[in-house]
Amino acid sequence: MTTSRVWKLGADVDTDALAPGAYMKNGIDVIAQHCLEALRPDFAAAVRPGDVLVAGPNFGIGSSREQAAGALVHLGVRAVIAPSFSGLFFRNAFNLGLLLLTCPEAEQLHEGDGVALVPEGVQCADGTVLPCQPIPDFLMDMVHAGGLMNVLKQRSQGTPHA
Amino acid sequence: MNHAPSPLHTPQTLAQKLIARAAGQAQVAVGEVVTCQVDLAMFHDSSGPRRLKPMLDALGAKIWDPAKVVLVMDHYVPAQDADAQRIVQIARDTAREWRLPNVIDSEGICHVVLPERGHLRPGMLCVGGDSHSPTGGAFGTYMFGIGATEMLGVVVTGEIWVQVPRTLRMQWTGQLAHGVCAKDMMLHMIARFGMNGGQYQAVEFAGEAVMALGMQERMTLSNMSAEMGAQAGLIAADDTTCAYLRSVGVNEEALQQAHTWHTDAGADCEDFAFDASSLSPQVAAPHSPANTRAVGDYADVALDVAYIGACTGAKLEDLRAAAQVLRGHHVAQGVRLLVAPASARDQAQAEREGVMQVLRDAGAQVLPNSCGACAGYGATFEEGATVISSTARNFKGRMGPASVQVYLASPWTVAASALRGRISDVRELL
Repeated sequence: MTTSRVWKLGADVDTDALAPGAYMKNGIDVIAQHCLEALRPDFAAAVRPGDVLVAGPNFGIGSSREQAAGALVHLGVRAVIAPSFSGLFFRNAFNLGLLLLTCPEAEQLHEGDGVALVPEGVQCADGTVLPCQPIPDFLMDMVHAGGLMNVLKQRSQGTPHA
Repeated sequence: MNHAPSPLHTPQTLAQKLIARAAGQAQVAVGEVVTCQVDLAMFHDSSGPRRLKPMLDALGAKIWDPAKVVLVMDHYVPAQDADAQRIVQIARDTAREWRLPNVIDSEGICHVVLPERGHLRPGMLCVGGDSHSPTGGAFGTYMFGIGATEMLGVVVTGEIWVQVPRTLRMQWTGQLAHGVCAKDMMLHMIARFGMNGGQYQAVEFAGEAVMALGMQERMTLSNMSAEMGAQAGLIAADDTTCAYLRSVGVNEEALQQAHTWHTDAGADCEDFAFDASSLSPQVAAPHSPANTRAVGDYADVALDVAYIGACTGAKLEDLRAAAQVLRGHHVAQGVRLLVAPASARDQAQAEREGVMQVLRDAGAQVLPNSCGACAGYGATFEEGATVISSTARNFKGRMGPASVQVYLASPWTVAASALRGRISDVRELL
């Protein structure tokens, strides 16, 4: 089972923190370098593919800029685990193939913890599982396909999507 | 004789009616996921062509219906550097290539120019490539913001999925005091519910104090539904709506059904009561719109900049409000007053009314009709500046360096505070 390292953030992480406006004219590679720099200056340089973000309520509030989710995808973040998300960010994340787990007890996790994503929720190192809200099949299909763009590609090529 | 109500006659909320129509169903149930036909898709220079064109080309797809698309250049205009110039050029070139009939270039902010050109009508379901797209809800339109990839899905298929929301109805009774306005109502509600208190449901604004507002004030309510975390911020269409729509050239046929777009008596809403009469001017302290308290709590805050701008706070009605406060006065020494009217048409009308002259005489520097400092994409405020702003968001680092302190308030309060050089209660000046 793959274990993911936890980056712990607070509540109300907004889209300006994830994709700062000053870099919005740049490509996602540049925006990603500045992802979360106002909150965690070390984040973009130190995050490793497969890591997960754990945050407080209201993750992703603010703008419709999907680069907020795109920067996390670019950095290889595997999932964001939080008690609640901005609805607009939620749509954007799944459209880009980023898994969001709505987990009421997310804040029990700590910086540096190793967690595993299991069908029932988030499994901690001691084996306890923090339950997560179920995700509709059509959104999980989007995660498996790697985002809406790939779903549309498959459809245009006549391949039934998974 | 008691009959169980037929499912066909279950009272419906405005949100349910709008979604049901777009989904081609007689009615929809809360929580149901439906596919809606999109009546209009709006995007701008930042969220639109520069993101959509490469994806559309990669798919070898075409825009489903160019007549249902409105492109607005408002975020990177006027271009301040080579990158901005390149982004705006992509938008202009793409508009020609796609033969878009509706392009509004450097004439104002998308959420203001869209209704100003008669693009929004009661009963429509629309999407916008911008988070303040709920502004359209003021016209009895179900409108919400989406990201660029989801917009790609819309422009390829003409469809979008919606989970039918619950309705949180904000019932405002009473009458606002002079100098207290829609922005104060909204900051007050955001303080009560929090930045995500809308839970991506539909908020509906109702009651005598709401229906007494003009269209641009109603737009301010719907606009900042985004800061409540609602998907849509709806207001039922009434005579005020129809009068506005006639004035922008919407034909009578499109208005015939306008009054049907309301929440049925007995529909399942969560109601919240507010009293407009007792509302004070509100101010949101750094760094969240939810950090709102009555203006008196911030009376000692000295200011460097007073900013009247954005779709939220620089429409014609906002400019008029500021001019009422500033007429015959000059801003305090050391305070820079910046005014970025939300649209060229609003600015031209303000010019005709003498409003712009009042603002300039008070010391205002007038900026272009664009998102400007609010989006934080171009010119922003200097290191350490304390700012009072009529815009919608005061997140850390949004409008400049992280050291910038932004207080949000109404245009009335921004103007009064500019005069005194510190955050002030406008009611003392009227």
